[in-house]
Formats: sequence, C-alpha cells, structure tokens
Amino acid sequence: MGNGTSIGRVRGLGSSHAGTHHWLAQRLTAVGNLIVIPFLGISLALLPAHDYVTVHGWAAKPLSATMLVLLVLNTLYHARLGVQVMLEDYIHEEGGKVASWMLINFVPAAAAVFGIVSIIRIALGAA
Amino acid sequence: MALAHSNRPLSPHLQIWRWGPAMLVSILHRVTGNGLAFVGLSLLLWWLGSIASGPEAYATFMTYVWTGADGGLSAITAILGKIVLVGLSWAFFQHAATGIRHLVLDIGVGYELSVNARWSVFTMIASVGLTALFWGFVLLR
Repeated sequence: MGNGTSIGRVRGLGSSHAGTHHWLAQRLTAVGNLIVIPFLGISLALLPAHDYVTVHGWAAKPLSATMLVLLVLNTLYHARLGVQVMLEDYIHEEGGKVASWMLINFVPAAAAVFGIVSIIRIALGAA
Repeated sequence: MALAHSNRPLSPHLQIWRWGPAMLVSILHRVTGNGLAFVGLSLLLWWLGSIASGPEAYATFMTYVWTGADGGLSAITAILGKIVLVGLSWAFFQHAATGIRHLVLDIGVGYELSVNARWSVFTMIASVGLTALFWGFVLLR
C-alpha cells in the first residue's frame, strides 16, 4: 500500500469479493448441522449404555462413521466461518489480523485431520 | 487506532440501548456459536480421540467429564463436565433456533417489530424446552 497518490492510498483496501461465497457456505453448513448434530445427539441418547464397547461398536458402524466424518467436517467449517466473522468485528490491528487469519485456517484444518484419523481408526482398526 | 483522537461522534454502545428480545438473541447467537466452536468442538475431538485410542483413554474421558470415579480432581471436573455438557446442549438448541430465525429473516420476512420480538422470545423458550426434553429423555428413560 502506497501513501503518495490517491489511488495508492486506497488500493488493496476494498472488498476481496469473497463475501458471497462465505455467506452462502455459512448457510449451507448451517442446514447441514441441523442434520448431523441431531444425528449424534439422538444416537447417543438411544444407546443402551455408554461403556467403551457399546460406544466404540456404534461409532465403528459404516453409517455412524460416515455421519461422524460429515459432522467433523461440517461443524468445523461452519465454526471457522463464524469465528472469522467474530474476529473481524473485534480485531483491528494488522498483527492481530494476520494471527487471526492463521488461527482460523490452521486450527480447523488440524482439528479436522485429527477427527477423521480418529474415526478411521475406530471404523477400520482392531477393536 | 487511527481514529482515537477524532472528535467525530461515536455510535452508542451496549449500555445506551434499551434491551429488547432481538438484541438479546443476536448476542446469544454469537456467544453460543463461539462457545460451541471452541468448547464443543474441543470436547467432541477429545471424545473421538479417546474412543480411537482405546478403553483406557475412553475411561479417562468418561471419568473426568462425567463419572468422577477416580475421586479428587476428577470429582470436581465431573461436576463441571455435566454443567458444560448441559450448557453445550442448550447452546446448540439456542444457536439452532436463532440460526433458523436468521434463515427465515434471509428470505425477507419477520421484520415487523412485534413479529420479530415474538420470534426472538420463542427461540429462547424453544432452547430451554428442548434442553429439558433432551436431558429428561436421557436421564429418565
């Protein structure tokens, strides 16, 4: 960003034109969450017990494992979009913006990989 | 900030406004959403990781979050765990209800003051009611 000419002072400060995609993705994942989160809640409420063998056996079923992967991906994506909006409202310094940008990209990606590796191990690993 | 010494008027902040239902549920939507994102997803990943790691790790999770079976620290964290889990379930129902409210507002209806206030109040009644129904079912069946 320059500080000489009028155009130099404003260049790079406008819209990134990514807002519509962010807005739509937020709503699409919101609807997805209305399916995957009640699936988890109802499944856990209906389990006869919550000991390791019962819970592991439930999570290892193909339908459960599929829904758990979708749950991890959809909730983390939705959360990442929402936390971004929150941080944009409260973080105004350049350093904070860069730190926030790394936080909302690195943390959900690492969390998603951890969650999916765990679910694959549950579904495919020896019980 | 660059505008710190400006004499331009500031927009009124929280303490100026008279509280109304729409303002309250807007704040609740943000608070519950971030609570679910940071606390809820951390707990979900700990739970999944513990199941994947085997019976001992799962027992540790259950002891510290729910049963408190080891006494000492786990007895305290298990009380907190129950409060957090009930809180997270309420946060989900509140965030889902206000989220559906947002989806309805997105199609351009519900902006009349009385209708908007009524739906805002309804999201809070729904979240408390659904939380009670969920835990009632889990604990009493």
